[in-house]
Amino acid sequence: MAFFSLGSSGRGRGKAGDGRKPPSYSAAGLLARGLTGEDWPRVWRDVPLQSSYDVIIIGGGVHGLATAYYLATNHGITNVAVLDKAYLGSGGSGRNTAIVRSNYLTPEGVAFYDRSLNLYNTMTEDLNINVMFSERGHLTLAHSDSALRTMHWRAEVNKLQDIDSSVIDPQQVAEIVPSLDISPDAHHPIMGALYHPPGGIIRHDAVVWGYARGADARGVEMHQKTEVLDILCTGGDGPDGKGPGGKVTGVRTNRGDISAPIVVNCTAGWASLISDMAGVRLPITTQPLQAAVTEPVKVFLPAVVVSGSLHVYVSQTDRGELVFGAAVDPFTNYNVRGSLEFTEGLAGHILELMPGVSKMRLLRQWAGLCDMTPDYSPVMGFTPVEGFLVDVGWGTYGFKAGPVSGEQMAEAIATQQTPKLIEAFKLSRFEAGTLVGEKGAAAVGH
Amino acid sequence: MLLVPCPNCGPRNASDLRHVGESTARPDPSTASPEEWRTYLYLRDNVADWNVETWYCTRGCRKYFKLERNTATNEFRNPPLPGTKVGGKA
Repeated sequence: MAFFSLGSSGRGRGKAGDGRKPPSYSAAGLLARGLTGEDWPRVWRDVPLQSSYDVIIIGGGVHGLATAYYLATNHGITNVAVLDKAYLGSGGSGRNTAIVRSNYLTPEGVAFYDRSLNLYNTMTEDLNINVMFSERGHLTLAHSDSALRTMHWRAEVNKLQDIDSSVIDPQQVAEIVPSLDISPDAHHPIMGALYHPPGGIIRHDAVVWGYARGADARGVEMHQKTEVLDILCTGGDGPDGKGPGGKVTGVRTNRGDISAPIVVNCTAGWASLISDMAGVRLPITTQPLQAAVTEPVKVFLPAVVVSGSLHVYVSQTDRGELVFGAAVDPFTNYNVRGSLEFTEGLAGHILELMPGVSKMRLLRQWAGLCDMTPDYSPVMGFTPVEGFLVDVGWGTYGFKAGPVSGEQMAEAIATQQTPKLIEAFKLSRFEAGTLVGEKGAAAVGH
Repeated sequence: MLLVPCPNCGPRNASDLRHVGESTARPDPSTASPEEWRTYLYLRDNVADWNVETWYCTRGCRKYFKLERNTATNEFRNPPLPGTKVGGKA
């Protein structure tokens, strides 16, 4: 019946933690506003910053907001503030190429991303916002024998965990995506592909807004333009009580000090700088990843196409634009300017795959910051500083893991135990030497 | 993308070189503790500021050298003067 309910979104909002359902969006509400011209209410509240919270989450992207949302919905912890130095979704959450999939290489990775894909599948109903999930299939092309061997390996790992994933030959590739050049004379001939039907694309802004709106309705506060300048600690080995053995007491922001027993770092490219504030060093370097979009044309590309060897991945949005992404820039930096090398390389590679798009024009290009780890797997959970948790190291694959990361981080905070699904991604793996090598499926493939 | 001031070859596009990464001191293998090795292997300062890093001139002089770069703005500072002999045996 939600479809027919008149959307009275946002009115009569109660106090924090009163357990109200989020105000609903509906077709009838859309029609009514179309006829009356009435303004839509604000999607989340703008409330004054308090001096203390139960949990502070640094970073208002999909990871931070999902953590806040699941803390409130699954565990009833609603005295939570999400802080962002800019606006919600201004970082990687709004800069990625919106591809989701679960055909990873390690069993840990596969189980984790499969859960994320399941959460994405029901997100439109769960959050009552149209995230436009388009389950269109995902092709990872193989241009060499060794690439094909890795595809077979991945397919077998995937099948063991009930993931729909198989290796197909060039003819089958051409049946799915006719615009690909499958001739054996190509410089990088297509020798086969890993086909993953459940993969697809999603509207990333809606995911951010959906989580923000859902969390807000349950009492979580979102504070934009609130930059964390320092993390306050006591009892640690380092200066000012920071470092291992210490305990978090709060954060210092550009709007004053806030106290909290739990502080969560969800800041992607800025993750190592934020963790340094608590005296926790992370094995992370920051590199930008560039992406670009063309002018819109008639829909001709029915699946997501990825080529690891050619460093390119491409999908066509519902509006008809081609969205491209590549590997990270070849040196560490915090600069999100585009470069000519990227455009040049991209054009060359995409024309090898799809000669037919030679007349298409690029509309714009941009970059986002990626927090790269040595093993291409994230760092999640507790740190040597009590009360300071991290959900970082998401490199070039953070968006597709957003929902499950939020769910698992919320569980870790509520139960004070590391959930099984993220056990492999703990920070101490770098001491124990139990790295989770995911480079084969995550370095370029998106 | 980035013009890297190679002391032997002059300014060259970053794609002609390899970014080895932030310069770190290799601990002495005979005395280093596991923790020191871990730090050397995995941990970097990753600052958004001036930083000393190592480059390798892959398609030019094929020497390793250190440069100071601001990772927030991508400017170089005090590059070794052209003609200054750098690199060679480590």
